[in-house]
Amino acid sequence: MPPRPLPSRFSSLPGWLAVPGLLWMSVFFLVPLGLVFAISFASRGTYGGIVWEFTPSNYLDLLHPLYGKILGQSMWYATVTTALCFVLGFPLAYVIARSPVRWQPLLLLLVMLPFWTNFLVRTYAWMILLRHDGLINRFLMALGVVDAPLELLYTPAAVVIGLVYGYLPFMVLPLYVAVERLDPLLVEAAWDLYASRWAVLTHVILPLTKPGIVGGCILVFIPSIGSFITPDLLGGARSMMIGNLIQHEYLVVRDWPLGSAVSFVLMAVVMTAVVLYYRSASRTDGPLEGR
Amino acid sequence: MFSRLPRMGAFLLFLLGVAGSFSACGEASDGNLPESRPVLHYFTWSDYVGPEIIRDFEQREHVKVVVDTFSSNEELLAKLQSGATGYDVAVPSDFMVAIMIQQGLLSELDHQEMPNASLLEPHLQTLHFDPERRYSVPYLWGTVGIGYDSAVILTPPDSWSILWDPRYKGRISMLNDQREVFGAVLRSLGKSMNNTDPMVIEAAKERLLRQKPLVKIYTSDHYDQLLASGEVVLAHGWGGPMARAMAERPSIRYVVPKEGATLWADCLVVLQTAPQKQLAMRFINFLMEPEIAARTSERLRFASASRQARERVNALTRENPAIYPPLDQLDRLEWMRDVGRAIRLYDRAWTELKMQ
Repeated sequence: MPPRPLPSRFSSLPGWLAVPGLLWMSVFFLVPLGLVFAISFASRGTYGGIVWEFTPSNYLDLLHPLYGKILGQSMWYATVTTALCFVLGFPLAYVIARSPVRWQPLLLLLVMLPFWTNFLVRTYAWMILLRHDGLINRFLMALGVVDAPLELLYTPAAVVIGLVYGYLPFMVLPLYVAVERLDPLLVEAAWDLYASRWAVLTHVILPLTKPGIVGGCILVFIPSIGSFITPDLLGGARSMMIGNLIQHEYLVVRDWPLGSAVSFVLMAVVMTAVVLYYRSASRTDGPLEGR
Repeated sequence: MFSRLPRMGAFLLFLLGVAGSFSACGEASDGNLPESRPVLHYFTWSDYVGPEIIRDFEQREHVKVVVDTFSSNEELLAKLQSGATGYDVAVPSDFMVAIMIQQGLLSELDHQEMPNASLLEPHLQTLHFDPERRYSVPYLWGTVGIGYDSAVILTPPDSWSILWDPRYKGRISMLNDQREVFGAVLRSLGKSMNNTDPMVIEAAKERLLRQKPLVKIYTSDHYDQLLASGEVVLAHGWGGPMARAMAERPSIRYVVPKEGATLWADCLVVLQTAPQKQLAMRFINFLMEPEIAARTSERLRFASASRQARERVNALTRENPAIYPPLDQLDRLEWMRDVGRAIRLYDRAWTELKMQ
């Protein structure tokens, strides 16, 4: 048993302090979630209301291959986004965590700076950059790289650019925390033992920063799979992600039961994916983990 | 080193919190601080109101008007259904008026209070969703059609089939609205846009699948800018935004295809929960005053339902078919109606179109 430095009067405090948060979560998270679950078994009234007759038909409707295709496409977008965020974010987080301590808050602030503007406004800004006579095309034409403007906006690439841009900070922050915790002496020791660059990365740095990598990937993957503004505005609504489907069912068709069923299927898929990912990540943990 | 982490975490959380607070949306604000003047809450489309017209009413009646906006009929309905109260006057479109009457969201009107509301264009006198105008007064109306750049498309098109012309691949925008897009195709197939036959909807979907490679974007809000900047040369959409595009790029023209298209009307209604019902009706009467209606029409670039407004608007407005539909078009126009359960057919077909 580790020694308890605090008097018992204090150690009992945390339990009490959790009550407001628990109440908040149960009232504003669990109750609405239960409602959505209940609605997913109801059916749509003629004028878009909810008819409370139990039916599994919303879920049966989702067995149509079309919805599997939407889910698959969303997962593909989210996976590509997560991978790109990792490739871009890891070196960035590493450099920030290894820069002089007094610079770090400023560098992190710069990473967070885009959050100070509404996401919708920033997405519109991307439209100005990517469109036909946009800054990027004008720049490329002025340099003579291309003769005619490139089709950048309203393409799948534009969607990925928008998603990576939007969620990169969610990757950088947990990675920064993980890299900052990484003891530089361990990396030095690896060099001293004649490890190659690749071995240092794969056997020392990556295993030791794994909690940050797992956290960052989850934080990027989940919001990207459910995004709907980016595919609409930057993708020209030519295709649907699962977020668009949910938004469409709730707000356009006013078919809340079907929208709720889609939401629950998405939640189930994401949760399964996260649990599997978490398990596979913790199984391969190096011996140094949890020292 | 470790002891700094919690502080850093708190700092990051604070930044995230700042970010979150920016994305919160505005709610219907009360706006009536310590003022004694009565307040009227007007719930309308964004960009659908002239501030100087509102000011006129405020001065005339010694009241304050608080304007709040929505961006789709569905958003309006969702807000009211979820219990938003305090609004007096709203502006739903035709098919939404029908739903709101059904849902008991509207208050009966007293036409004695608003004589101007009866001076309507003949074809807007008796509307299928509210034949006696017990709940609604048509306010602005128009058509859905095709806006095109006459500098690129030299022979003026007269049919929906121009939207299937491979020469304009990648330069076409369609409304991001399943009923309107299917409506256009159904009319081009010689069917009603309110058709509920699964075979017909399937046939319409097949036609739309063939069109999709040509479509640059499905959008309901900024096709006027795309037309004006030349990024698209053909746009499916409402007349008003086409008129805006014309103002920026004079070679833009507007056509209502010969196969027929949507006729729509946005209507003024008083909500069941309105705190200021009398004032609300005076406001409707004011908006339908011929002079005010004409100014509204010129400013918003939509036709007014007021019969006398047509005589008062300037010639540029009256003679622009994107703003004032020529009356000889009326017999090929059709109101969009609720299709009941068939909405799932449209919905499935629309989703399939998007996923192709």
